[in-house]
Amino acid sequence: MEWLSEFGAIAAMQGFNGLSVFCVLLLMALGLAIIFGQMGVINMAHGEFLTIGAYTTYLLSSLTLDYFPALQPYYFFFAIALSFVVAGAVGWLVEWAMISRLYNRPLDTLLATWGLSLFMQQGFRSIFGAREVSATPPEWLMGSFSLSDAIDIPRNGVFTMALTVLMTGAVFVLLYRSRWGLQVRATVQNRMMSRAVGINTRKVDRMTFALGCGIAGVAGAAFTTIGSTGPTAGSLYIVDTFLVVVFGGAQSLFGTIASAFAIAQTQSVSEFFMSGSMAKVLTLSAVILILMLRPQGLFTSKVRK
Amino acid sequence: MNALDKLLGGRQGTLGLALLALLILVVFPLSLDALRLGMIGKYLTYAFVAVGLVLCWGYGGILSLGQGVFFGLGGYCMAMFLKLEASDPQSTAIQSTPGIPDFMDWNQITELPALWIPFQSFGFTLLAVIAVPALLAVVIGLAMFKRRVGDVYFSIVTQAIALILTVLIVGQQGLTGGVNGITDLKTLLGWDIRDDSAKLVLYFINAALLLGCIVIGKFILASKLGRLLMAMRDKEERVRFSGYDVASFKIFVYSVAAVFSAIGGAMFTLQVGFMSPSFVGIVPSIEMVIFAAVGGRMSLLGAVYGALLVNYGKTYFSESFPELWLYLMGGLFIVVVMYFPNGLAGFWDSHVRPWLRRLARRRAPLANIPAPAPAATQSEPAKTLEVQP
Repeated sequence: MEWLSEFGAIAAMQGFNGLSVFCVLLLMALGLAIIFGQMGVINMAHGEFLTIGAYTTYLLSSLTLDYFPALQPYYFFFAIALSFVVAGAVGWLVEWAMISRLYNRPLDTLLATWGLSLFMQQGFRSIFGAREVSATPPEWLMGSFSLSDAIDIPRNGVFTMALTVLMTGAVFVLLYRSRWGLQVRATVQNRMMSRAVGINTRKVDRMTFALGCGIAGVAGAAFTTIGSTGPTAGSLYIVDTFLVVVFGGAQSLFGTIASAFAIAQTQSVSEFFMSGSMAKVLTLSAVILILMLRPQGLFTSKVRK
Repeated sequence: MNALDKLLGGRQGTLGLALLALLILVVFPLSLDALRLGMIGKYLTYAFVAVGLVLCWGYGGILSLGQGVFFGLGGYCMAMFLKLEASDPQSTAIQSTPGIPDFMDWNQITELPALWIPFQSFGFTLLAVIAVPALLAVVIGLAMFKRRVGDVYFSIVTQAIALILTVLIVGQQGLTGGVNGITDLKTLLGWDIRDDSAKLVLYFINAALLLGCIVIGKFILASKLGRLLMAMRDKEERVRFSGYDVASFKIFVYSVAAVFSAIGGAMFTLQVGFMSPSFVGIVPSIEMVIFAAVGGRMSLLGAVYGALLVNYGKTYFSESFPELWLYLMGGLFIVVVMYFPNGLAGFWDSHVRPWLRRLARRRAPLANIPAPAPAATQSEPAKTLEVQP
């Protein structure tokens, strides 16, 4: 029975690893999914908004360390809020300057935002240097909970998870319980009709884009507790995130959650049986195969176009 | 002659093609030294990809973000043949298993993998350069277009495929040479491809193949198929309801683009002397799209100029101002897409050509009029313009 408990422990830890990946993926995908679902815009620079959040957190962390060491345990909450605001503000600007001029040309937005992402990456490199930096997490985020001798659950993982649950809940409430959410859902279903009944779809679009980018910023803040930040930190996740969105069905919050979970868990469980690169190949191929069977994603709302 | 004219897109098209041929077949070889010409040859291999993208993206509306996959497959097929020729038992005698490529020996592989065995034949290699990418494109196309996967979804899937292939190549070091790729290529059927005269011959083969691809592209666009492609891009449903099988046309044009890219890849390997996963992945694939976008997504000739210009800029700036290059590249994406969606070719048609025409009109009447008083010359252009119908 000894091996069984050991196996259970490994499986639990591996599963938990998968959950951490799931959290970052989901936080990224949430923003992307509402943007893509509503506006049909593919934001290739979404990863860079994560990086903005991560650098914001890093800056705030070094500022508190230098000037207000007493506040160090609490700064992280401010960092999350600030990351949201900064990334959201940049997103608002980008929507105003670029995205709003490229409506009805989804493939072109894809290319233009790719250019934006190159631009931003080089910008980060010029400002913060090419080397990776890491924020100092507060004391209470270090270490781990020991559930048993074999199982250690890292605290930062639990925190990230709690944050993810909170954000997902917030997005749910915003989308399904607020007036703004009602407008968003109306725009998703039928843009013309929504405009006819007096919804300012332009404004809704801008808010949606800013919100999506803001959520990516929060993902960046959470990301600093897991790894260090470099200029290209966000772009590592971008393809995976897109697959999450496409796989889940762009217009369904539940689909996004389910597909982020499925992709993250497949990845980390298969990493247990084979090399990391083969696990990645397997996961991506599986997603493409399933997409072939269900071209609109796993969960789709039935809307007549 | 009339049919030929129509095929090449009228007098304008023939003239454009002739100018391009003059430029790459005569002007470049005469005016550039071996090193620079080699670089132009390298850029021209990317032009194959750009020409393919004009067909499938500009006219077909299928934005593939994974053309590097086909470029790489063509390149790797050629590289495998050349590598096998370079690792004959005599020159690899110091390895623990002579006669297999060096990187396999480093990875403790003791016999040639089954995948490599057919590449001992040159005929098979030439066939594979065309057939492997075409087959993959047909399979992807069947899977995606028959199931009516949408434009944006298709782009993302092709991007994922580029990622998969890169990870696979890097991960399977013993089979593919890993991240370094396949290097140290020496001879092609005993012919040393590394010296200058061989490079010159390869340059001309490359240029001729490129011009051939452009003519094939023009032929496709001049036919009824070209019309259908554009119709599909603009109103897919309507074409489908008219009874056409939209998916097969998409698969066809996607495969043609794939084969063009693969030819480019194979010529790249021959001219540059190696192939590596850095030409397969997401970043190179999307850069290839920008070649087509800068040149003009609706112009086969423009794509060649786009590939030449962007790559020249890349070489120049990343040598002199490496910091600046990514800003420029990013800016180029944004500006071209937002303000010049038809690229250089569009700019030519909307600005340069009317300007040239005005210039020509202005010249012609002036030549006949005896020199007028200075004050009159000032207003002359405006007057002659009014006179013209």
